[in-house]
Amino acid sequence: MDPMLIGIVAVGASGFAVGLAAIGPGIGQGFAAGKAVEALARQPELRSEIISTMLLGQAVAETTGIYGLVMSLVLLGIAQNFL
Amino acid sequence: MDRFMEGPETLFRVGGIPITDTVFIGWIVMAFLLGAGFVVARLLKDRPKGMQAYAEIIVNGCKSLVSDTMGSDKLGFFPFIGALVLFIFISNILGVAGVRPPTSDVNITMGMAILTFLMVQYYRAKAKGILGYIKSFGDPIVFLFPLNIISELAAPVSLGMRLFGNILGGSIIVALIYEVIPVAVPIPFHMYFDIFVGAIQTYIFAMLTMVFVKMAME
Repeated sequence: MDPMLIGIVAVGASGFAVGLAAIGPGIGQGFAAGKAVEALARQPELRSEIISTMLLGQAVAETTGIYGLVMSLVLLGIAQNFL
Repeated sequence: MDRFMEGPETLFRVGGIPITDTVFIGWIVMAFLLGAGFVVARLLKDRPKGMQAYAEIIVNGCKSLVSDTMGSDKLGFFPFIGALVLFIFISNILGVAGVRPPTSDVNITMGMAILTFLMVQYYRAKAKGILGYIKSFGDPIVFLFPLNIISELAAPVSLGMRLFGNILGGSIIVALIYEVIPVAVPIPFHMYFDIFVGAIQTYIFAMLTMVFVKMAME
């Protein structure tokens, strides 16, 4: 296979990796924040507890997005060897 | 831009082991923390003033974080968690000074995550006994043994990668903005990606460490 083609495909794939991986965490974090706002409206006195639980949940939801970012960086590193 | 894409640079070698700039900056952060702690501890007074007052705010904040999350009977973890919080936070906000943050090196974040992983395994074995520890991997059916091991290994990987990805991603975005408009515009991005994300990720790393250890001890 042409090395140039491998490099181009790797660069394109790195863009797709981070772009597609951003969808899930975006939905998940927004959902967690929305539910946290609902909980805050119902029980404003639990503010600090709700916010810390929300941040923890969002961090766990974010993990797949970060995997996508790491994968895209790895692909860019591979592409550098071919271009 | 290229500086952040090419990863840590090797500064010098000690006996064939390459010392990169992130590791070296990490040493400087540790030396700063040790020195600041030593100086503040020598000058303790009954009426806190100046540096001692700030140090007491930080120490009490970390202490209440540990006691709120793990319970006041597990304050023995406070030195470990406090050291993690201070090191990660100072490392993260170093990006403001244009220095490559030590936490944007996967070796450093994964090192801390592996430390957490070993701690979790140790406290689980301590709480359940060696036999109960081995048995806990065959839960609920023996056939799930490999899956349980994978899920156990996924926790430290996600813990280390989350911190690394967030900080490195932030540095790359800020570096890209510097390429386009190098004046004034990067300031709010620095505030968001280095200070806000840095603080949030510090909190989350410490919080998840405490939750994992607490779950292992039950």
